[in-house]
Amino acid sequence: MNKIRYERPVIKKLETGMPNKFGTRTEYEPMTHIDGNSVSNLVKEYGSPLFVLSETTIRNTIKKARKAFETRYPKVQFAWSYKTNYLNAVCNIFHQEGSWAEVVSGFEYDKAINLGVDGRKIIFNGPDKSEADLTKAINNDSLIHIDHLDELYSISELSEKLKNRPRVAIRVNMDTGVYPMWDRFGFNYENGQAWDALNKIMQSGKMELVGLHCHIGTFMLSPFAYGIAASKLAELALAVELKFKHEIKYIDMGGGFASKNTLKGSFLPGSDTNPSFDDFAEAISSALVNSNFKKDKLPLLILETGRALIDEAGYLLGSVISNKRSSTGRRNTILDIGVNILFTAFWYDHKITPAQSFTQYTEDTCLYGPLCMNIDVIRESTNLPLLNKGEHVVIHNVGAYNMTQWMQFITLRPNVVLIDVNEKPHLIRSKESLENMNSMEHMPGHLANFTR
Amino acid sequence: MKLQKNVAVSEAGLLFNPVTGESFSVNPIGVEVLNLIRADKSPEQISNAILEKYSTDQVTFEQDYNDFVSILEHHNLLDRHEETKA
Repeated sequence: MNKIRYERPVIKKLETGMPNKFGTRTEYEPMTHIDGNSVSNLVKEYGSPLFVLSETTIRNTIKKARKAFETRYPKVQFAWSYKTNYLNAVCNIFHQEGSWAEVVSGFEYDKAINLGVDGRKIIFNGPDKSEADLTKAINNDSLIHIDHLDELYSISELSEKLKNRPRVAIRVNMDTGVYPMWDRFGFNYENGQAWDALNKIMQSGKMELVGLHCHIGTFMLSPFAYGIAASKLAELALAVELKFKHEIKYIDMGGGFASKNTLKGSFLPGSDTNPSFDDFAEAISSALVNSNFKKDKLPLLILETGRALIDEAGYLLGSVISNKRSSTGRRNTILDIGVNILFTAFWYDHKITPAQSFTQYTEDTCLYGPLCMNIDVIRESTNLPLLNKGEHVVIHNVGAYNMTQWMQFITLRPNVVLIDVNEKPHLIRSKESLENMNSMEHMPGHLANFTR
Repeated sequence: MKLQKNVAVSEAGLLFNPVTGESFSVNPIGVEVLNLIRADKSPEQISNAILEKYSTDQVTFEQDYNDFVSILEHHNLLDRHEETKA
């Protein structure tokens, strides 16, 4: 005789008119499949926890973003933000879709070169570029975005040494009406630092000033701030043209577009409230076309958005280790997913869906990870269907930053699987092993032995 | 262990405590457990009845049963007086 699916007995007090800090129930359907692949089969084959990326979603998202900008502005170029997710397979999807590479370190630069990206299509950002990094970038004719005066002088010296004319832009920080104002990177617009740096570049004659760059913040919820930033960069570009008769080839608006995740403390879900690509495109394109650029002299618009292009394509599958109750009677569920692999749990209330059928009964639940650390909390409070030990959950919108900022801590980082457009899964990063970890360690001879 | 005498449990899973005026929702397996408690079944008998019908194991159910009973106690739905008399 087939037995009925077990669900633990629950009793829940009915209260009316009381605000519930756990929120209302949000999950009505289990997520049993991702792009045609059963979650339970994926876990069976590749283990739990498991990162799953959808190639279809990545390609659809970049197409949607390009369409939003290309229908509003004549010259648009996306550059894939490596720091958001630099798994080789992911980078190559974006490169196949026409994106350049945007890197912020020598490691990322080498990664892009190793993948075969044309050096002229690599944008090199960030405050820490070593002399060796800069030499490589200059020799490859990459686009170097200068962050500070020390770097400007280093490039100036290197250009003489290498007998080359590096293609450069400066990063500009500015007040766009949002808080906090990101002023730690680049040169400030309002106090004249940016204009000073541009003059130094132009007067030196050793570098080719090709662009202006800004990156006004992260998880930006106001598209209007981008409009202000674009206007200010346009003014700078036009001032350079006026003073030096020199044309700025591109304006790089950086990244920072919000994805559909829900920031902690938000009242409404991000999927309902966060701006779309169209909103950002409208603000930026309008500012540029309404500026004083001549019709045939509009600069190329570069976008380095990362998070909004990859977040929704990423899922993290996990399993329930145990259910228990806190001293105050709250339901606690322990998952095998820790904050070491889900760094974004510190910022977002991630959407979490059971991967198997469930009834309408729910419990206010706190989801913990498996780390022996008090900070290991995946969701402080969520209204979840009843989960049994060993059952699976799907955490949504985890494609950005988790696979670059993850930490190896007390356990090993898991497999990453990409499901291609034909719904075939591919292992694109193997889970770590003890051998991997030990291979980087060295034992001094006098510590090699001890009495057993 | 007994439920408070006046506590009413509907088949649909609505539990009403007339002493406090509080209402609760109970899932179907919870209703079954409440009915077994009300029928004076021992924890072992309750466990056997559930294991026969549902796809779970003894350890899991016993843990969930104890948790369920602790919540009943928390909401004063068990008759402590009856237990003391026994």
